[in-house]
Amino acid sequence: MMTEIALNVLDVAENSVRANATLVEIEVIIDRKKDLLSIRIKDNGCGMSEEQLKNVEDPFFTTRKTRKVGLGIPFYKQAALAAGGEFYIRSELGVGTETFASFGLSNIDRMPLGDINGTIHTLVVYNEGLDFLYTYVFDDAKFTLDTREFREILGDISFKEPEISQYIMDYLTEQKAECDGGVNV
Amino acid sequence: MKSLEELKALRDKMQGSVTLRNESEASTRVVVGMATCGIASGARPVLTALSNAVAEKKIEDVAVTQTGCIGLCQYEPIVEVFQPGKEKVTYVKMTPEKALEVVEKHIIGGNPITEYTIGAIMKN
Repeated sequence: MMTEIALNVLDVAENSVRANATLVEIEVIIDRKKDLLSIRIKDNGCGMSEEQLKNVEDPFFTTRKTRKVGLGIPFYKQAALAAGGEFYIRSELGVGTETFASFGLSNIDRMPLGDINGTIHTLVVYNEGLDFLYTYVFDDAKFTLDTREFREILGDISFKEPEISQYIMDYLTEQKAECDGGVNV
Repeated sequence: MKSLEELKALRDKMQGSVTLRNESEASTRVVVGMATCGIASGARPVLTALSNAVAEKKIEDVAVTQTGCIGLCQYEPIVEVFQPGKEKVTYVKMTPEKALEVVEKHIIGGNPITEYTIGAIMKN
């Protein structure tokens, strides 16, 4: 079991990395009027066959050879449904995969969103072979982080350079606080 | 507020002053398991602690990277240390505190911490 939604996002987005995506889009939307937290993760990776897609929500299905269970998607789906939300996954071979999860914002059984900045930072810094487009929406405020913009500026300077890694973390922290005033969702 | 202008300034400052590190040239690789099992048992703070320590202490030739599941889920978070000419060291049930100790004693000091390794845990 994950202890925060941000860890589910990290886990599920790692699947996009393994699917050889070149672009992963992650959208976190907090809408207090609709009382909803929704998260979309969309990649342009290899996608799944109908057979795989049918089985992906089954905890006893995995494509891994190292163990016999696959709990990433089941955990994520369970977290959403337990909080009065919805979950779906769409995929097409050769096109990509999209997951959507929503959570009742005020639902007592909703996990905290947690350290979403840490998740995005980890994804971006440790997966330099692909690009991320991250959008954070809080009611009417929003910001985006597009690694393609960063890369264009930085050329071959690695995101792992301490100064750059710190810049990315600060960028996420400051922009998010500007949108949501630093509330813990 | 951080802007892209600031990133450009950072780049200009860095160009020339840093010799760009190349991961494939790093002699020591510190690998953290970041599949569902790793993440659920606390691998992210371990990864963060390791990479911050390596950056803060300005340790050259060390690359901190991540990997998937190696099939030992019950021992996660797992950190593997690969050094040329030496046997791989597999640390299990790691925490950020233990990770910092590994940086001090193993990566810098050259002495693996046997009690945190999989061999020691499986004997008990």
